[in-house]
Amino acid sequence: MTGWSYGVILAIAGVVAVLLVVDLVRDRAAQDSHFIGLGVLQVAVLVQLVGGAVALARTDRDVEGTVFVSYLVTVALLPVAGALFSLAERSRVGTTILLLAVASVAGLELRLWDVWGTARG
Amino acid sequence: MADRTAARGNALAEGWGRALVFVYGLFAVAATGRSAVQLGMEPEKATLAYSLSLVAAVLYLVATTCLLLGGRTGWRVAGIAVTIELLGVLSVGALSYLATDLFPDRTVWSHFGQGYGFLPLVLPFAGLAWLRHTRPGAVAAN
Repeated sequence: MTGWSYGVILAIAGVVAVLLVVDLVRDRAAQDSHFIGLGVLQVAVLVQLVGGAVALARTDRDVEGTVFVSYLVTVALLPVAGALFSLAERSRVGTTILLLAVASVAGLELRLWDVWGTARG
Repeated sequence: MADRTAARGNALAEGWGRALVFVYGLFAVAATGRSAVQLGMEPEKATLAYSLSLVAAVLYLVATTCLLLGGRTGWRVAGIAVTIELLGVLSVGALSYLATDLFPDRTVWSHFGQGYGFLPLVLPFAGLAWLRHTRPGAVAAN
């Protein structure tokens, strides 16, 4: 489960980031399309949170459970937190905040991949 | 923002300030989590590095809180916290390259925050620039 979930989420985050950069260059506030993309991302990270927790419970590998789950939870909170901050700032600042949130999701996905992948058991 | 003329108390957390609050809040969570895990699991392994993680966490928390509180005191305390943060990331960043034996495990600031996309290095500069922009007197003059 967890193996491909990073790739899928990184791909979604990448697409949303491109949309955001385009409108950031145009000096526009966050658009509906961004929030739809963010919604898709939110669903994906929630699925990953459940799937990751199940995979962690089943695996025999020596994964650092606390770290892994805390990353999963943080990543699941990021899109909604970014959206709330962005909605309070209807300008390019809001668009920048969404970009920061999406970039943080991508960064955390890479860390999750690390935590899961480096553990051999 | 429509209410540019709002009380200076809120000015710290509006406009680009809100983006700063978001990132500082994120780093407060990240650094707190990191130091909690490090100090909770094996505190003896790298006491200096783990203590620094805790210091970083506190600084990020203070900066976030002060930005949200605003006002003259908030501005001043945020300035102190961000300045210490800048000195911290510069000295720890340099030391992590020069004296590797001091840091057997990584901190938020190791290698100038490489593990966090160098944001820990950019953040204090952004914070100081924002505080300069919102310094008492400058808001009224704008």
